[in-house]
Amino acid sequence: MVGILEDKDRIFTNLYGLHDWGLEGAKKRGCWNATKDMLDAGRDWIIDNVKQSGLRGRGGAGFGTGLKWSFMPKEVKDGRPHYLVVNADESEPGTCKDREIMRHDPHLLIEGCLIASFAMQAHACYIYIRGEYVREREVLEAAIKQAYEAKLIGKNNVHGWDFDLYVHHGAGAYICGEETALLESLEGKKGQPRLKPPFPAGAGLYGCPTTVNNVESIAVVGTILRRGAGWFAGFGRPNNTGTKLFCVSGHVNLPCNVEEAMSIPFRQLMEDHCGGIRGGWGNLKAVIPGGSSVAMIPAEQCEDLPMDFDALRELKSGLGTAAVIVMDKSTDLVRAIARLSYFYKHESCGQCTPCREGTGWMWRVMERMATGEADMKEIDTLLDVASQVEGHTICALGDAAAWPIQGLFRHFRHEVEDRITSYRANRPHVQGATLVAAE
Amino acid sequence: MSVRRLAKEQPASFAFSADTMAKAQWWIAKYPAERRQSAVIPILWLVQKQEGWVSEPAIRAIAELLGMPVIRVLEVATFYTMFQLEPVGKVAFVQLCGTTPCMLCGANDLKAVLHEKIGPKNHVTADGKFSWEEVECLGACSNAPMAAINDYYYEDLTPETLGRILDDFAAGKSPQPGSYIGRKASEPHNSIKTLTDPKLYDGSAAKKIKLPNAPEKAKKGKTAETPA
Repeated sequence: MVGILEDKDRIFTNLYGLHDWGLEGAKKRGCWNATKDMLDAGRDWIIDNVKQSGLRGRGGAGFGTGLKWSFMPKEVKDGRPHYLVVNADESEPGTCKDREIMRHDPHLLIEGCLIASFAMQAHACYIYIRGEYVREREVLEAAIKQAYEAKLIGKNNVHGWDFDLYVHHGAGAYICGEETALLESLEGKKGQPRLKPPFPAGAGLYGCPTTVNNVESIAVVGTILRRGAGWFAGFGRPNNTGTKLFCVSGHVNLPCNVEEAMSIPFRQLMEDHCGGIRGGWGNLKAVIPGGSSVAMIPAEQCEDLPMDFDALRELKSGLGTAAVIVMDKSTDLVRAIARLSYFYKHESCGQCTPCREGTGWMWRVMERMATGEADMKEIDTLLDVASQVEGHTICALGDAAAWPIQGLFRHFRHEVEDRITSYRANRPHVQGATLVAAE
Repeated sequence: MSVRRLAKEQPASFAFSADTMAKAQWWIAKYPAERRQSAVIPILWLVQKQEGWVSEPAIRAIAELLGMPVIRVLEVATFYTMFQLEPVGKVAFVQLCGTTPCMLCGANDLKAVLHEKIGPKNHVTADGKFSWEEVECLGACSNAPMAAINDYYYEDLTPETLGRILDDFAAGKSPQPGSYIGRKASEPHNSIKTLTDPKLYDGSAAKKIKLPNAPEKAKKGKTAETPA
């Protein structure tokens, strides 16, 4: 056996697409089994069990899923229907897990949508999938059609809860992964985040009570209820329970998606599933453990590191979406982070000034740091600006732009300083203004 | 932010094809009747599929269809980067992912191939057949480096395979999307060690079960199996 998790405890049994994604195949693998019993057990039972399982949102923030559901109004009133919106706008650099769920295990997602919608008294659910996932959208639409035809969802379905499921798609905007920007986009507007409060549970889609959940959070619910909250809570450390899809990319021998128990040590994850670091463990330089928005951690902190929310937060990083970007010693870290800064500059929605102006400014400075042209004192200016963008914007994109830069300087400031020094050392004339040849 | 403007040269008119209109109506039906505006992104996308890009007359036509002010449609068309506001390559429009995970795995080498075969980015070849652009993370990072060509993902690329794919397009073929090192999806290449237990797939998981910690009434409840 490799890793910690055994095959019998894996939720996404068709993660690699080796089996039938369709309804027959999914049922054979246990999907849609006892779904009616779950609904018959009542919404409080569902929410309680999800709470007890310790499931924390898989979209990055790690907020308790059951708790989030319980924020929805207890009664549907004033003619305002409840909505469930599934966030399938997977665009955090490094993250590619929801894609596999949607194209290989779509029925787990559809079943989860029904259960979650029932628990929140929603009769309609929208899945917002990123526009680039054309193939994934085709599969998902086909799977939903199968579910309608089998009367698993729709009006007068076998589960006794009228439920319509729709796929909506975006068109290439990272910011639409932020829940209120996603709702704006779903309403046919620019994806600019809303001020909170009101929170979506009070006024979300079309001004109605809405809950927005990540694909993985919803897709695991059916299996959690089938196997029991205690089963799910048995994996990982307290407060960091369950199984998790890890997306590993970068300098490993076998980049892949894999479902593992939460809190698996980083080194074990790499060596059991990903064929180890390219060039051996000693060749590891740094890791971005949770998608581009979290700070990198250097190799020396990685050895026994449990991959979970709390352990990574203690290192001033985060589990985020569990998208592990591995960088070996050949990596130009400054260049890698400068490219991320460009990403945030490109994806800022332009609504808040600190982010709109700050992301562009930080990118331009990072580009000069990457070549070494920058001035030594600019490092502190950059960190100062980063800390002023952080926390001063409506949504977390400003924070997300600042954190990778802060992580770089926290652990590898000397590399940037060396680069600036050697740039100067080799070009004695560039200190101060550039010399221009006389006419 | 990315600054995006409509093309200088615009066609005189735009008309929905019957197929596009049928699909547009299918999208509109997904939303509550008074929320037709929700369909604006999918319809812009359909229009782009029909024409190859989004033109100013098309934006007006969509505004009329959805009962929206033109400025609101214009706003959406310029905000979302998947909408091409100028014509792109008709045979192959390559969107190369250049964000860090792909960059670490060699996206910059792929850029050199595109430069050599197509030319500078955001520039259509003289025959109108090819163009390419660099895009931000496309969400296939375990299969880096990758590019989307005419909507579908070509993964695990090398300069050689990308070159071959472009040659195939030029020769009038339609190269298969997917991994170019022979992976099915994002599994560890030739080394699957998980999900190998045959019990997962023999149908035993579909047998009738009793829910753990089920309340009393559900325990003696109805059949667990849902009809096919």
